[in-house]
Amino acid sequence: MLIKDVVCPFCGCLCDDLDVEVENGRIIRVDNACTLGSKTMVGDDRLKAPIRRDGKGWIETTYDAAIEEAAQILLDADRPLLYGWSRTHGEAQGIGVHLAELIGGVVDNTSTVCHGPSILAIQEVGHPGCTLGQVKNRADLIIYWGCNPIDAHPRHMSRYTTYATGFFVKDAHRDRKVIVVDTRRNESADVATEFVQVEPGGDYAVLSALRAIVRGRGDVVPPSVSGVSREQLVRVAEMCKNAKFGAIFFGLGLTMTAGKNKNVRNAIELTDELNRHTKFIISPMRGHGNVYGTNEVFTWITGYPYAVDFSRGIAFYNPGETTAIDILRRGECDACLVVASDPAAHFPKPCVEHLARIPVVQIDPHPNATTHICRLQIPGSVAGIDAAGTAYRMDGVPIRLKAIIETGVPNDTEILQRLYNRVREAKGE
Amino acid sequence: MTELLIRNACVFDPLNGIRGDVMDIAIRDGRIVESVQNNADVIDASGFLTLPGGIDSHSHVCGTKVNFGRYMSPEDMRAGRTARRGKMHVTSGYYVPTTYGNSYRYSTMGYTTVLEGAMAPLEARHTHEEFNATPLQDMLANTLFDGNWSIMEAVHAQDVKRAAAIVAWTLSSVRGFAIKLTNPGGTEAWGWGGDLTGIRDPVPNFNVTPAEIITTMIEANELLHLPHSVHLHCNNLGKPGNYATTLETFGLVPDLNKNRQTLYATHVQFHAYGGSTWRDICSKADEITKSVNAKPQIVMDMGQIMFGRTMTMTADGPMEFNLYCLHHNKWSNHDVELETGSGIIPVLYSKKSLVNCVMWAIGLELALLTKNPYQCLLATDNPNGAPFVKYPEIIGLLMSKRYRDEECATLHDGIDQRTSISSIDREMDWNEIAIITRAGQARALGIAAQGKGHLAPGAEADLAIYPIRCDDVDPATEYRKVVEGFQKTRFTIKRGRVVARDGDVIVDGANTTFWVNPTIPDEHNVANDPEFVKKFEEYYTVRMSNYPVQDVYLPRGRCIKTEADI
Ligand code: SF4
Ligand SMILES: [Zn+2]
Repeated sequence: MLIKDVVCPFCGCLCDDLDVEVENGRIIRVDNACTLGSKTMVGDDRLKAPIRRDGKGWIETTYDAAIEEAAQILLDADRPLLYGWSRTHGEAQGIGVHLAELIGGVVDNTSTVCHGPSILAIQEVGHPGCTLGQVKNRADLIIYWGCNPIDAHPRHMSRYTTYATGFFVKDAHRDRKVIVVDTRRNESADVATEFVQVEPGGDYAVLSALRAIVRGRGDVVPPSVSGVSREQLVRVAEMCKNAKFGAIFFGLGLTMTAGKNKNVRNAIELTDELNRHTKFIISPMRGHGNVYGTNEVFTWITGYPYAVDFSRGIAFYNPGETTAIDILRRGECDACLVVASDPAAHFPKPCVEHLARIPVVQIDPHPNATTHICRLQIPGSVAGIDAAGTAYRMDGVPIRLKAIIETGVPNDTEILQRLYNRVREAKGE
Repeated sequence: MTELLIRNACVFDPLNGIRGDVMDIAIRDGRIVESVQNNADVIDASGFLTLPGGIDSHSHVCGTKVNFGRYMSPEDMRAGRTARRGKMHVTSGYYVPTTYGNSYRYSTMGYTTVLEGAMAPLEARHTHEEFNATPLQDMLANTLFDGNWSIMEAVHAQDVKRAAAIVAWTLSSVRGFAIKLTNPGGTEAWGWGGDLTGIRDPVPNFNVTPAEIITTMIEANELLHLPHSVHLHCNNLGKPGNYATTLETFGLVPDLNKNRQTLYATHVQFHAYGGSTWRDICSKADEITKSVNAKPQIVMDMGQIMFGRTMTMTADGPMEFNLYCLHHNKWSNHDVELETGSGIIPVLYSKKSLVNCVMWAIGLELALLTKNPYQCLLATDNPNGAPFVKYPEIIGLLMSKRYRDEECATLHDGIDQRTSISSIDREMDWNEIAIITRAGQARALGIAAQGKGHLAPGAEADLAIYPIRCDDVDPATEYRKVVEGFQKTRFTIKRGRVVARDGDVIVDGANTTFWVNPTIPDEHNVANDPEFVKKFEEYYTVRMSNYPVQDVYLPRGRCIKTEADI
């Protein structure tokens, strides 16, 4: 059976034009996806049942018993952390937030290790953005700053930017220029009109120089800024001002290098400045399929996009204090529920070491690095493959992930709802 | 069968001509009935003011833009937070509260129905997700068509039927309620960083004018027999001298519907400015109300501002950028492909600012100079003019000349030259307040037929009982009691169930979302039209099959079907 217009849940592009061939309840072919997407859809290797450690090794257990044990772990904890969420659907994220509210825990999502600094910058100066179709239909200048879409978001260029034809951009090749800014030449730079190579840690200075030039104060810019010549900066600034519609996309090369949120703030303020001359937007390249959804769901329930601490009864937010990494590094947290992410693979060593010391429950269908340090793992179905639900694209467009095969595995919403109900009952509510 | 009897209620029900009668109200299974059995539950209203549940006909509470307002404003989230208590979830935020924050505060103020003022069709799913987390109000969504490419093409081709067919497909696909035009044409111009300066300016690349978009959509709206009229945020919002654009726009509107207005003009305070710069801005509320008093086909809402901090958020992207250039506050913008735009910035309305004082006066003047209260409804364009928790103060101001005078005494001196607020003596009565906060909204939105905004047998049993004894309180002098009384109901009843009592919400809530589905003949269905389908094939970044909002997003949706005349 051929299913059309399937949504790929893997990265923040959420391409919704996949053709998927299903036979005997298995996905046998995927068309239109990139290799990352295909790998996600075809032949994924999953746990068959919940597993728990019994001292010597892993044993299989039932969903009922696993949920009971998970509930006890959370009930026994003084400072539980509920972390992850960006690979599951919004409905499950919502229950996760309410579970944290119920037990007075901390709930955080993977923004904490990717675009958290972008969020901080946006909270300082706002965010001039748009949906990706605006870029596709209008933009004649694209800037990729500190990111390598060919590697991390393989269809970003073909669907939304460089190679995408749009209503006002009939011939993408001729009508559109691409600038890549990075510390080293990457594959994306090879297709760019202009490559700007910045010395590591130099993004802030380069952004400041561009702002000065755009404001007509090029005279204060020295001959070379962080390895970029003034001539090139002036050329780039002119390209920006002369564009009819410019779009900056930035990645971890800007958010997770020296300067962090200040880099992003500078980039946003450059965008603001350019809007006095022409139309310009800026957008973070969100990684995981539904990481932006975690920010949306957290925000409408708690008021904050990530790092929310309910231990005071109210929703309290102070990144640097209530962020998962900081809570683990301080050794504060005494139990952790991990959902749809893999902190053991991405967190700094001291954090992972602390996780290894405390009871960790993981809701995830795949064996991963966190499996090695968790006490209990409960496999749910995968949003976009055998579970349906909402995901938010990197530009905020909400898309419904489809269940394209039926596996009978409970989805994350069901598992979390049962866990929530059990905890609530045990608390006598 | 659940039955409830409310005894001793002092009822104002303007749509049924009831003015302060002390009576009993019988409720069965969520609806008003003639009588109930003796063993029904009883609530004693103790002679308190009892009104149909409040209806907000223009508020921004759910969806992409509102949530981004929260996302970018931890400073506001800190400003109003409550812990989990009883049935109530944690809430955060003062001017852009979380969904539960909005829902609880509206509910404790007696509001049971809210229309979200602006939903971009492409992002409708988000609005509906937040509706589900706003559990104590029935929700409706204005759906944005101001920069819709297919609509502008139909307008250019002078093809009203096609415009109607596009509206029908879109509203039913995204579960929308009404046609919203925000700065029509201007949001498309903003796609290139531009704006339009009046309703006769052509939209770049599309060769239509706002005037043509407005008149075509008005006709399309009536062909579809939608419950509500076109809901318009006029061009040139917030610009000195813009009253001329507003009057010119009102002049376009024919009288096409016997049961309600033909145009709903929203937050008209922001569109009633004289002068030519911020230095000589003045009120033109007199001219605007003169026009409205002569045109029963127009209903407006006040768009009142109140002093203090809040956040502006609208689909009007270029206007928000202008504000940013003025204030240099943080600025967010979010344009939506083929459809519309949006912008957000925080603002502070200060009594020290003459401009802000003039704005404050204009909103009140509009309400007080409009003869028929059904034609000027109470709203602040929440949170643009003020968060809705300020409504009770606005009620107090409208009911008391003394309160207005006392406020005016604290404002910038220039207000007397620039506005006529001090010379207006009118004081509204309870009945008029009931009209401008519920009955008028029900009629304007066309949902009285759905049992909203009145208390006749068959109506939905949505009620607000305020701790105010109308006979004992003189609003003209005891306005503080009025303000306090409207801040917290004694009981808020939703579908026959007490949902809030003395400021606390006591149930989880289970709202309904109203949406419209106009039936049109197959040959006009744009889903089969290659030109329309091509928009999705080539220009949207979401496939046409993935665009409609699935039923799961409206667990308690109520579809209003209409038969189109095409
Ligand atoms: S670009 Fe991202 S969403 Fe699109 S197919 Fe590849 S992994 Fe999936
Ligand atoms: Zn509005």
